[in-house]
Amino acid sequence: MKVANAPGLRPELEDALIAAIGEGLPLVRRPYAEIAHRLGCSEAEVIDGIRNIIADGRLKRFGVIVRHRQLGYRANGMVVWDIPDERVRELGHCIGQYAFVTLCYQRPRRLPDWRYNLFTMIHGQDRNAVVEQVDLIVKQCGLQDIDHDILFSRRCFKQRGASYQARLPATTQHALHE
Amino acid sequence: MRQYSKLEQRLLNEFQHGLPLSPEPFADIARQLGVYQNTVLETLERLQTEGVISRVGAVFQPNRVGASTLVAMAVPEAELQRVAEIVSNFAEVNHNYEREHRYNLWFVVVAGNDARLREVLAQIEERCGYALLDLPLQDEFFIDLGFDLKWT
Repeated sequence: MKVANAPGLRPELEDALIAAIGEGLPLVRRPYAEIAHRLGCSEAEVIDGIRNIIADGRLKRFGVIVRHRQLGYRANGMVVWDIPDERVRELGHCIGQYAFVTLCYQRPRRLPDWRYNLFTMIHGQDRNAVVEQVDLIVKQCGLQDIDHDILFSRRCFKQRGASYQARLPATTQHALHE
Repeated sequence: MRQYSKLEQRLLNEFQHGLPLSPEPFADIARQLGVYQNTVLETLERLQTEGVISRVGAVFQPNRVGASTLVAMAVPEAELQRVAEIVSNFAEVNHNYEREHRYNLWFVVVAGNDARLREVLAQIEERCGYALLDLPLQDEFFIDLGFDLKWT
């Protein structure tokens, strides 16, 4: 049975709500009421608005957003794979199922400069931990013949948007790709 | 790294998604953990101040909200700091990292729409003086349930 969606928020209001929850909830007893007060709408509208954003798949995750580096996960490896195009879906799903894989995206090759088409992010407490996890994936998903490389992070120059203007893109940019 | 209490560990690990959509979400969390709501709020506040959590809030699906891409640049080592600063100064840039590869600078660019994204990429390329690889998301193969932290 198809459930009719609740009538959506006005677009400007929804944009403001997206910005507000992207920036983070105020840590108070009634955070949705406080956001509602800021946006000039009701608490119920905020809660239903978030439900809608979740229901149509725009929200990936809603909760406590941890910083891996601060929690001792010092090694961050972007593992890139050169997978035959016709096998990307199958192998992507295999690689993406591991709890320690935090992103698993297909991206275009840029030949001749860049030949890898699948990107996965793996956080580990040290480099060895990341390498061991990659070895495990290779063995269990049968990737022995697939070229890959691990790009460990060194310096972090910027972790999230420094700008918090009222404009939607700036306020939500840090809430993407985490 | 400091030691985290049992309560902190559970707050960090068990609530990375599915924050309750009730009027008092932190009271719901407190009930689950068997503590007072104020304790939950104070603990989250402290973890946020320490930078262990960036916030309690939303992570959006790339390209469903605005337009974004991953960018790589190959920059000579001696130039990297300077070029990275130019890149970081764009408000549209986040997650700007040095990585071990010939392509050693990696960052995400997010804009309100695709036209603006193109414009920003062109500006970055021009100001840095190095060609960039534009690697937008095409497909995604995982369910994001957060990250299972291992406490040792």
